[in-house]
Amino acid sequence: MASNKEIFVDPLFNDNPIALQVLGICSALAVTTKLETSLVMSAAVIAVMTLANLFISLLRNKIPPSIRIIVQLTIIASLVIVTDQVLKAFLFETSKQLSVFVGLIITNCIVMGRAEAFAMQNPPIPTIIDSVGNGIGYSIVLIFVGFFRELLGSGKLFGIEVLPLVTEGGWYTPNGLLVLAPGAFFLIGFFIWGLRTWKPEQVEETN
Amino acid sequence: MGRSTGYIIGFAIAICLACSIVVAGSAVSLKERQEANKVLDRQKKVLDVAGLLGDGEISAAEVNQLFADNITTKAVTLESGDYNTEIDVAVYDQLKASKDPASSEAAPDNAAKVLRVPNDALVYHVMKDNKVDLIILPIEGKGLWSTLYGFLALEKDTTTIRGITFYQHAETPGLGGEVDNPRWKGLWLGRKAFDNDWKPAINVIKGQAGTAAEDPYRVDGLSGATITARGVGNLVQFWLGEEGFGPYLTKFRAKGS
Repeated sequence: MASNKEIFVDPLFNDNPIALQVLGICSALAVTTKLETSLVMSAAVIAVMTLANLFISLLRNKIPPSIRIIVQLTIIASLVIVTDQVLKAFLFETSKQLSVFVGLIITNCIVMGRAEAFAMQNPPIPTIIDSVGNGIGYSIVLIFVGFFRELLGSGKLFGIEVLPLVTEGGWYTPNGLLVLAPGAFFLIGFFIWGLRTWKPEQVEETN
Repeated sequence: MGRSTGYIIGFAIAICLACSIVVAGSAVSLKERQEANKVLDRQKKVLDVAGLLGDGEISAAEVNQLFADNITTKAVTLESGDYNTEIDVAVYDQLKASKDPASSEAAPDNAAKVLRVPNDALVYHVMKDNKVDLIILPIEGKGLWSTLYGFLALEKDTTTIRGITFYQHAETPGLGGEVDNPRWKGLWLGRKAFDNDWKPAINVIKGQAGTAAEDPYRVDGLSGATITARGVGNLVQFWLGEEGFGPYLTKFRAKGS
């Protein structure tokens, strides 16, 4: 049994859900054109995953194995709807930008993956630690991608101009590739490259 | 671990019940706040296109006050162009109405790809000394990826453009998303919506247009966003035309109110 610290720290870099397991890529492409939406999405995923897995872990001995996936999905989906409603009520502007992607947390493989792989077998406390750890691992990549996409794609950070654009009389010509989805692919690629150079044991063996 | 069928069904029902209570509870308890947000958002955009919203943050109460002080909302029957006083403008949801077959009509084929037109639309009058100073019209139509929703502000001569803004769209940030760029929106100011024969004339071109005085019917395109820019031109023309606010604006010109 791994210690709580390992459970928390491992998914940050050693077993990062996006970089190593390559899960949750869809939302990592979709919501990262701005740093602000990346942050809100990260917070939403951490909240949904932690709560959902907490409930699943509490019920883990009661959930009939034959319908466990549906039960997990029901719990996750309900929490996602609640999150969406809360965002619409309290962070209206941001919820408009995130649009359908909050709803799509339901299909984020990281959430289901942790429910099935961890919460179903472990008591609540380690489960919470595992969920927060994985959520932060996901957030690190999202924030990395969001930072570079907003900075290089729009010359801004949190909507505040950092690099004065040519169109506004400055000197920086924004890189159009980065505001489009493929730009995020490149950035995630660079992130994985950097990570695996730092931790060569993550490189898959080639046949 | 074997479980009886009864247990499984019972468990499924219990989970579904618990989850539906949570979901319904949050939807009901937050509804008021969400509706208020939507109304506030719309009021803000109307104030914005009217040029009444300064820079910087503004509180919800200030928005309400500013809106109440300066703006009169009216419902207009699009086909006749007359005001419809039977509609309660405070609760009328134009978007909903344009989806309901009872309160909307299918639009004929049009370049803006507007599918349905509501029977009645809301217009906003910015009042000055008890007279209409600006007319603000809701506009919508297809860009590249998404439907753009926005407002167009016209002076009381019904042709001089005083502002345009889009409050909802999902165009590519940095390319089509530049419809939000204040500098580009500024290019519309002072241009003419209608030509001398009162036909909708304003359009978005590819490349650069001249100043408002020498090139009154054309607006610069957005580089890298040809389709979005063309969509904006088309949708503005549609709503100024016969299917949109054309009849209303004609009557407004005749009566001056």
